[in-house]
Order: sequence, then structure tokens, then C-alpha cells
Amino acid sequence: MTDGRAMSTRDRVGARLGRRHRNEVAFRLLGLAATLVGLVFLAVFFFTLVVNGVPAFQQTRILLDVELAADTIDPDGERDPETLRTASYQSLVRDALDERFPNVTSRGERRALYSLMSAGAGLELRDIVTSNPELIGQTLSLWLLADDDVDMAVKGNVRRDLPESARQLTDRQIEWIEALEADGRVDLKFNRFFFTSGDSRDPELAGIWSATVGSFFMLLVTLVISFPLGVATAMYLEEFAPRNRWTDMIEVNINNLAAVPSIVFGLLGLALFINLFGLPRSAPLVGGLVLSLMTLPVIIIASRAALTAVPPSIREAALGVGASKMQMVFHHVLPLAMPGMLTGTIIGMARALGESAPLLMIGMVAFIVDVPESPLDPSTALPVQVFLWADSPERAFVERTSAAILVLLAFLLLMNLAAILLRKRFERRY
Amino acid sequence: MSQPSSTPAADAADAAASAAPPADQQAQAGYRTVGDYRAEKPVMRARNVDVFYGENHAIQSVSLDIGLNEVIALIGPSGCGKSTFLRCLNRMNDTIESARVTGDITLYDEDIYAKQMDVVMLRARVGMVFQKPNPFPKSVYDNVAYGPRIHGLARDRAELDKIVQTSLERAGLWSEVKDRLEEPGTGLSGGQQQRLCIARTIAVSPEVILMDEPCSALDPIATARIEDLIDELKRQYAIVIVTHSMQQAARVSQRTAYFHLGKLIEVGDTDEIFTNPRHKLTEDYITGRFG
Repeated sequence: MTDGRAMSTRDRVGARLGRRHRNEVAFRLLGLAATLVGLVFLAVFFFTLVVNGVPAFQQTRILLDVELAADTIDPDGERDPETLRTASYQSLVRDALDERFPNVTSRGERRALYSLMSAGAGLELRDIVTSNPELIGQTLSLWLLADDDVDMAVKGNVRRDLPESARQLTDRQIEWIEALEADGRVDLKFNRFFFTSGDSRDPELAGIWSATVGSFFMLLVTLVISFPLGVATAMYLEEFAPRNRWTDMIEVNINNLAAVPSIVFGLLGLALFINLFGLPRSAPLVGGLVLSLMTLPVIIIASRAALTAVPPSIREAALGVGASKMQMVFHHVLPLAMPGMLTGTIIGMARALGESAPLLMIGMVAFIVDVPESPLDPSTALPVQVFLWADSPERAFVERTSAAILVLLAFLLLMNLAAILLRKRFERRY
Repeated sequence: MSQPSSTPAADAADAAASAAPPADQQAQAGYRTVGDYRAEKPVMRARNVDVFYGENHAIQSVSLDIGLNEVIALIGPSGCGKSTFLRCLNRMNDTIESARVTGDITLYDEDIYAKQMDVVMLRARVGMVFQKPNPFPKSVYDNVAYGPRIHGLARDRAELDKIVQTSLERAGLWSEVKDRLEEPGTGLSGGQQQRLCIARTIAVSPEVILMDEPCSALDPIATARIEDLIDELKRQYAIVIVTHSMQQAARVSQRTAYFHLGKLIEVGDTDEIFTNPRHKLTEDYITGRFG
């Protein structure tokens, strides 16, 4: 090779080197910028959710001196549980309010005063008395649940300096609240109703428990149906089925099913499970069946990928010592593919948990107060509860919507975390 | 190899039964194997074996005996069909859907492609060691115990322990792993993994051991150990080894078969083939003119 040629290679490469490096830097910056924009969106999303949602985990309570008057609760003094249960505890709350504000006399004003307290205050009193009847006759200082409008005013979500016509509370009511605040009788306490009760017309009594239980039943049904079916299908198609036009067609169809909009599955569920099979409306069972239809292709595709990822050398080794095909699959291939299958399943389940559209089609969008006891009881699901609350006019439901989204996201994060841990735990065993 | 073969009468009958047809078939394929493809103490006999992968005629009319107490080396350039032939002997080609095998292959006079032959049984009797060490991602013990377990060769744990120990001892691995039996087999070095795979194969007590380039992924020291091991094992088994290394073939085998483009060109005693090849192609390959 002559010197001249060596020089010319050097020169020619050198001439383009600067541009190549510039392109590289530009591309890297572009990627960085895209990532940053994504992160900013994510941050804004979480920030607004947390700012809106976290206050819902606390609820305004008012300290009242309640006399558990025997002649109101149990006039005949027999301590009959039925009498204790049906007594008008809300009137005890009203008496306590009258006690605190003795100069409120007119009917309308007293009504306004009483509406500071939630109907839940009476329910809480009832629970205290029925679980401990000896308290009857005593006067207790109790932190009782305030109405949602009071809650909004105390949290500052509704500005008190708005004109009276523009807010729910009247000027008098604000005065009473401020008088109570001056006494130190108004405080924010942990909102247990949010986590333990079902939906309610009163925001301060509304909770996510029945929706959570509904979601749980639904996911249970989905898991029980779609995991074994999906894994078995994947195993058959990948390991045992002959490769021909039929299996090709099945494969194409499964891939297509994974892309079908979820609401279509909801319509199918409505037509098939409810109209044809006569299963109950609004039941987690039907919801689970519909979500199974949706999750099945995801699990099949993930499981097949996991099976193909098992190296052929392991299969040959098993066959080489005389394992039958089934022994090969069950002793060697399946254990190695299982983490991948489980990861796919969890991700499919996480998608199912966040799904609301198909559930609207099968009537899981009803107003459900009771906590479902079985997959056949009417129920809602977490994302549907979010949808219902987002649609409600009361101001207090705004923060509850965000709070419910936070809970839903927490479940989703947990599930994805489980998938990641599974993958890490079993990664590269071969 | 110096041991005299069976009676002349039986030999003649054998020659009449098996030598004649190959000639006809091979005439169709357009060639004739140089040398005697028969073994002194045949365990497996292949006669007129053709293998097709779809339209591709991978092996053409190959006849070859696998003899007891000897190592036969299959050599030849890449793609010559030596591995394909090896995989016919325990029907591993069954796993390839497009593969089609014709001709007769017998194991002690049983047709291994017959309907009544169970591949599970066949593979227990004809074990295989692969090119890349492929221990199961399980413990050393479970690797060796897997074959005996699925075939029910051990009555109790003590007997299984015994099988595992003898197999590992015969594979020359026992002293290195006896304190690590519960550790994963995939954590051993490459050479140890390959010996583990050999131990796994002999744990089932097969009659024939097929080795598909067992040393190609190993360093020279590990290779030397495996070659010593093969020499040791031939006392008890019939061994077929596919190799790319002619030195290895010369070192470990008693007979050598040279394949070229799907044809068995020449077969004979290893010494003969390497010192005095009769076919031009064999000579070219051995002297390194191609390969």
C-alpha cells in the first residue's frame, strides 16, 4: 500500500468525522429532551393528583359534648339491642349543637345549624352506644363527623370570602364554624369512612371499600379463568400444535384480539353473558369474564414469548436423556418460562384492573352502597368509582376522585413492582 | 481391534445380507463408499440411510456400523451431514418437522424407526452429548439424577445417590464436585459442565453414546480431559463422535468415517485413513486442502 493511499483514507475519514460526532451529540440531546418532556408530564400528573387527592384522606370533625340521654336512646330502660339500634342518635347530636349555640332559636336557623353535622355523626354515636351500653346517661366529648360543605370550608377548598350566593354555606353558618374554630373544636382527623365504606350520596360518608372489593372479586375471576387458559393455550400452540394453516390463523386472530378496543369486549359480554346466559347484571363475575376475554390474548402472547425464549439446548438435553415431550415441557421448559408468563399475567391483570369501559356496558356503573360479599353481588370497580365520582356535582367529590385515583395507582404500582421483582428474581437462570 | 471377528460363515451371511443392497442404492446416488463400513462387534447398523430436510437431500445412501468398545469418528467439512447422520441414530431429527429419514437403522437388530420403537426408550439406550455444554439449570445432583428418575432406574434415594456418584466418578468429575452437589450445574466451568453432561448421559446406562463435537466449546486442557474420558468410556460403550478436529479424531477414534456433501466417502481404521487415504477427497481434506 502506498503512502498516498493511506493518507487519502485518513483524510477522507477525517473530513466526515466532525459531522458524525455532531450528529451523535444532537441525537443524544434529542433523546434526553424527549425523556425530560415525558418526565415533566409525569411529574405534573402526580403533583396535581397528590395535591387534589391527599386532603381527602383527612376529614373535618367537630368536638361536641354529647349527652347520651337515657330517655332519648332507651326510654323504657330495658337495653334491648333493637331499641338501642333504632334510636334517634342524630337528635342527640342536635341537642349538643343547641347546647353549644343556645341563642339559635328560629326553626330555619336551627336547621342551618344542624346541617353543619353529617348524618354520619349519628351513625358513629349509635356504634359507640351499641358496643358499650353502659355509657348511656353520661356526657361524652366526641369528635363527630362534619358535613362535607363544612369540610370544604375548613380545608379552604371553598373560599369563605365569596358572596353568600356563590357558596353552599350561609354567613351564619360560617360564623358558627369560626366560633367553633376559635374554641379549638374543629380539626382534621383521619378519614376512615373513605377506606371502609361504600359509595354514598354524602361525600363525607362515601368510600372506596366496596369498589375495592368489587375490583378484587373481578380480578380473582379474571385470574382464575385467564391464567390457566392462557398458559395452556400458549403451551399447546408453542410446543405441541403442528405448524399449519389452522394454527397460523389462530395465531393471527389471537394477535388481533389483543388489539380490539375494550368496549367491544364489554358489548360482547353484555350480549353473551347477560342476555344469553342470564348471568346477573353489575356482578363482578360477569366483569371478570369480560376482562378475561380481554386479558387472555395478552397472557397468551406473553407466555408464548416466554416459551420461545427457553433455549433449544435445554430441550435437546431433556430429549437426549430420554424425556418424553411432556416431561421435557413440564420439567424443563415450563419452569424456565414461568417468570416470563407470570410477568405477562401481572401486566395483563394490571391492565384489567384499570379498565372501565367494558364494565360500563355490563352495568357495573350502578350506585352501590353495600360491600359485595361474593362475585355475584352487584358491585362497582375502582376505575368505575372514579368515573362516578368525577361525574358528581358535590365539591367534596373532586378530592375523593383524585384520592381514589391515587389508591388505584398504588395498586397498579404494586402489581408492576411484583412483576419487576419476579423478573429480577428469576432472571437468567439458563 | 486385533481380535478375530466371528465365524467366517456368519461374516459371509452378513456381507450377503447387508453389503449387496448398498451397492445398488449407492449406484443410484452415484457413488460408492471406499472401505469397509462394517464393524467387528456391531451395536447399531445403518443401511442406505437418506435424510431430507424438505427438498434438501442432506444425506445420501449412507451405510455404517457402530461397534462395541470402539470410538468411531465422523469427520468432514461443515455441512457434510455428519451431525445429521449422528442425530438419526437417536432420532433427534424427529424434532425437526421438515426432516424425513429413509433406510434402515437398527440397534441390536431392532429397527429404530419402526412403529413399535418408542423414542423415549431409544434415547435412553442411545445417549447424546451435545456441542455446547447444556446442563439443566438445576443442581449438579439433579442433573445427573434426572435420567434415572424419569426412567425409574433407582428404587430409593440410596440407590440414586449411588448412580449419581458412579456416573460422576466415571465422568472424572466426582472429586471436583462432591462437595458442591447442591450447587447449580450451570455454575461449573465449561469443561466441568461438559463432563457433567457426559455423567448425565451415562447415568442412564445407555448402550451407545453419541457425541456431537463435544469439545468445540472447550479449551485445550478441558478437551484433553474429555478425550481421556472418551478413551475410558469405550471399554463399556459404543461411541460415535462428530469432530472438526482431525487431530482429535486421530487421537480418540479407532475407526473414522469421512463425509462429504451428504455422502459417506470413505470409512476405515483411523490409522489407515490418516496415513493412507484411498479416496482423493479424503486425502484432500486430511492434508488440509479444504475444510
